[in-house]
Amino acid sequence: MSAANRTRPGRSLILLLLVLAATILWTYWPGASHEARLGLDLRGGTQVILTPELAPGTEGVLTQDQINQTVEIIRQRVNGFGVAEAEVTVQGSGANAAIVVTVPGVNPEGITNLLKQTARLDFRAVLAAGSGIEIANPSPSPSATPAPQPTELPVQAATSEELYDQYLSLNCLTPGLLQGGRADDPTKYMLTCSKDGFEKLVLSPAFITGDQVSDSQATLPQQGAGGWMVTLDFDSAGATKLSEASISLSKLPSPQNRFGIVLDGLVVSAPFFSEPILGGKAQIEGSFKAEEAKQLAQVLRYGALPVTLNIAESTSISPTLGQDQLSAGLLAGAIGLGLVVIYLLLYYRALGFVAVFSLVLAAGFLWLLIIGLGRTIGFTLTLAGIAGAIVAIGITADSFVVYFERIRDEIRDGKTLRVATELGWTRARRTLLAADFVSLLAAIVLYALSVGSVRGFAFTLGLTTLIDVLVAFWFTHPLVTYFGKSKWAENGGIMTGVSRKRLTAGSTILTGSDN
Amino acid sequence: MKFNEVGNRLYTGETSVDFVGRRKLWYVISLIIIAVASFGLFGRGLNLGIEFEGGAKFNVPSTVSVEEARNIVKAAGVQTSVIIAVGNERLEIQIPPLEQAEIESFTSKIATDFKVDPGLITTQSVGPSWGADITRQALIGLGVFILLVILFLTIYFELRMAAAAIVALLHDLLITIGVYAITGFEVTPATVIGILTILGYSLYDTVVVFDKVKENTRGIIAQSRLNYRESANLALNQTLIRSINTSIVALLPVAAILIVGVGILQAGTLKDLALALFVGIAAGTYSSIFIATPFLVQLKERQPDIQALSRRVHARRANAGIDGLEAMKVSGNQSLATQVSQAGPRTQPKRFTRSKRKKS
Repeated sequence: MSAANRTRPGRSLILLLLVLAATILWTYWPGASHEARLGLDLRGGTQVILTPELAPGTEGVLTQDQINQTVEIIRQRVNGFGVAEAEVTVQGSGANAAIVVTVPGVNPEGITNLLKQTARLDFRAVLAAGSGIEIANPSPSPSATPAPQPTELPVQAATSEELYDQYLSLNCLTPGLLQGGRADDPTKYMLTCSKDGFEKLVLSPAFITGDQVSDSQATLPQQGAGGWMVTLDFDSAGATKLSEASISLSKLPSPQNRFGIVLDGLVVSAPFFSEPILGGKAQIEGSFKAEEAKQLAQVLRYGALPVTLNIAESTSISPTLGQDQLSAGLLAGAIGLGLVVIYLLLYYRALGFVAVFSLVLAAGFLWLLIIGLGRTIGFTLTLAGIAGAIVAIGITADSFVVYFERIRDEIRDGKTLRVATELGWTRARRTLLAADFVSLLAAIVLYALSVGSVRGFAFTLGLTTLIDVLVAFWFTHPLVTYFGKSKWAENGGIMTGVSRKRLTAGSTILTGSDN
Repeated sequence: MKFNEVGNRLYTGETSVDFVGRRKLWYVISLIIIAVASFGLFGRGLNLGIEFEGGAKFNVPSTVSVEEARNIVKAAGVQTSVIIAVGNERLEIQIPPLEQAEIESFTSKIATDFKVDPGLITTQSVGPSWGADITRQALIGLGVFILLVILFLTIYFELRMAAAAIVALLHDLLITIGVYAITGFEVTPATVIGILTILGYSLYDTVVVFDKVKENTRGIIAQSRLNYRESANLALNQTLIRSINTSIVALLPVAAILIVGVGILQAGTLKDLALALFVGIAAGTYSSIFIATPFLVQLKERQPDIQALSRRVHARRANAGIDGLEAMKVSGNQSLATQVSQAGPRTQPKRFTRSKRKKS
C-alpha cells in the first residue's frame, strides 16, 4: 500500500508536540497575564456602543481618518476618567463603524455624557502659559486664600481675569483633569492644560473654529532641514481671521504671540506666529518626528468635520450576574463534553478513546489560544464565544465520526484494519477539509460583517475549526494508524470498535461471516 | 436486528430506504411545515427583542411579584412595560426607548423602590436605529456567505450540487425562523448567532453527504449497472449511520446548553442560542437526507447523459430480468469505475478463539 508507506505517524505526532509546546510557551510567557480576558457579560461592567456621525450642518462622508481620531479622543476621555481597564475599540468601517467602549463598574456616574459630547477643534490666542506641574506660591492675588484647585477642565469664563486665580493653583497632573469631553464654548475664555499635562494655559475665545480648516498634511520639506512639518489650508473666512490674528499676535512677546490648537478642551499644540500669514496657508514647524506630525495633521483635519456620537446601545451587567453566566457557560461546556465523551466511548469503544483524547487536546488548544490571543490581540471571551466553543465540540467530534465510519466501511469491504485506517483516512480527509472549509467560510464572513457579540462567536468558531483540522491531521490520524498496526486491534475484539465480526454481522453479501 | 447490523446492511445495500424515490412525500411534508412557518412569519411576525426594536431592559435581583413590580415601574414614570419573572430571584423589565440620562434616573428610582443596590441592576438600552443596522448587517452577511458557498461548492462539486445544498439551507432557515414566529420566542442577537451557526452546520452536513454521492457516482456514465438515482440513494443509506451519529454528537452539547440555559439562568444568551440551534440542527439533518439529495437527483435527471444512462440501465435489467435492489446489492459499495475490474483482494474473516467467539 503506497499510501500506508507514505504515512509517518511518528513524525506528525512529534510535529504536534512541538506546536503544542510552542503554544504553551507562548501562552504562559513569563511575566504576561495568564488569565483569559473575559467579556463584559462574564465579569460585569458597562459597555457603550457609539455610532459616529458627521455633526449636523457639515457635509461630506465620514472617513476612517475621522473615526480613528474620534477613537483617540474617546480614549483620552476614558483614560482621564480614571478607570484602569477601560477599552475603546472600533468595529466595522465607514458608515457602519461602531465604537465600543467598555469600562468596569455598573453605570459609572456621568460616563454617557462624557462619551456623547461632540469634540470641538478651535484656535485660541494664548494669554498666559506656565508649567503644568508648578504651582505658584504664595498666591500674588489679592485674596487671602488661594483659589481652589479646578476639578475639571476646561474652566471657562466671560473674562480672562476670572481665570487667573485658578490658573495659578492648577496642577495639570491631578488625576481626572486630562480627560476632556466637557462643555466647550468657543465664545468664552478658557483655562486648560496641554494634552500631556506639561503646560497650563489661559486662552482667549476662539479666533478660528475647526470647520474653517480645509486641509492639513504632514510633510517633509525638500531641504530636509528642521524635520517634519504640518501644513494648514484655511477656507476664505478662516484665511481672513488668520491674517488678522497673525498680524496682531506676531508683534507680541512670548507667550502672547502663541496660539493654542484646542481639541476636546485640551491643547494639542501651541505654536507661535513668527510673521503675519496672509494667504490662508500656514505651516507649523518644529522638531516634529514623522509620527507626531501625522497625528497633528489628523487632529487638524478632524476639525473640519466634527463627529457627533450617538449612543446606540449601552449595557451594564453586575459582576454577580457575570459570574453566574460564566459558571453556567462552563458548566454547559462540561456537561456537553461529558455527554459526547460517553457517547463516543459507548459507540466506538477503543477507537472512541482516540476521539476523546483528540477532543480533550482540541479543548486544551482552544483554552491556550484564548489566553494567548487575549494578551496579544485583545480577544475577549464572551458567553456567545463559550457557546460557539460548545457547539464546536459537536463539529469536532463529527470529524472523528466521519473518519471512523469510513474505516468501518473499509473493513466491511474486507480490508485489513491497517489498510482500512489508511484508505479510510484518504477518503475522510477530503470530506473533512471540504466541510471544515465551509465552517471557516461562515466564521470569516460573520466576523468581517458583524458587530458585537456575533463577532466573538464567529472568532471562536473559526478558531475551533482550525484546531479541528490540526488535531485530526497531526493527532487523531497518527494515533489511529498506530492503533491499526497493533495486534490487539487487528484481532478485532469486541472492545476495539472495529470488530470485523460485528461489522459484517447481519449482512450476507460481502465478506461472508459465519452466521 | 442490532443497530450495528442495520449499519452493515445499509452499507451493503441489503437494507435500503428509498429516500430519493419517495421524494414527493418529503417535499409535501416540508412544504406543509414551511407553509405553517410562513403563516406564522407573515401572520404573527417575529417577537423581536429590544436589540432590534430599540428600548431598555433591566434585570433586577428582587423577589417582589410581577404586579408589584409593574406598580413600581409606573411610579417611576414609565407606563408601558413588559415584566417577566426570571426564576424566583430576578425580574426582567422591558420598557420603550429612553434617553440615556432618563435611563440613569429611572434606574436609581426603581433601585430605591425595589430596595436593591443600583450596582446590582443590570441595564441594557438600545437606540431604535441601531437594531435596524444590526439586522441589515446580518442580512448582508447572509447574502455574501451564500454567494461564496455557491462558488466554493460549484468548484468542489458542481453547480447542481451547490443549488441543491442552498435549497436545503434555505429550507432549514425558513423552518427555524418559522418556529420562532409560531412559538413567539423572543428573537435576540443570540438567536441570530444561533441561526447563523445553522448556516454553517446545515451546509457542513450536506457537504458530507454529497461527498459520498460524488464518490459513488464517479464514472457512472461509463457503466450501465446503476442509474444516478440509485447510486445517490445508496450513498444516502451508506452515510445514514454517520448522519445519525453526527446529529447525536451535535445535539448533545446543544442539549447541555439548553438544560443549563433554561434550568440555571432561565433566560439570556445560552437559552436563545440553544433553542435556535436545536431546531436548526434537527432541520439540517432532515434536509440533508430528505431534501438535498432527492432535489439533486431531480436536477441531475434533467441532464441528457444521465437520462441516457437511466435508459441503458433499464434496458440491461429488462434483458437480465433483475430489479434495482438486486443490482444495488451486487454492486455493493464498490466504486463504479472499478466495478468492471473487480475490487482488491478480500481477506477471509479470521477464526477467533473460543473465548472470544462467546463474547460476541
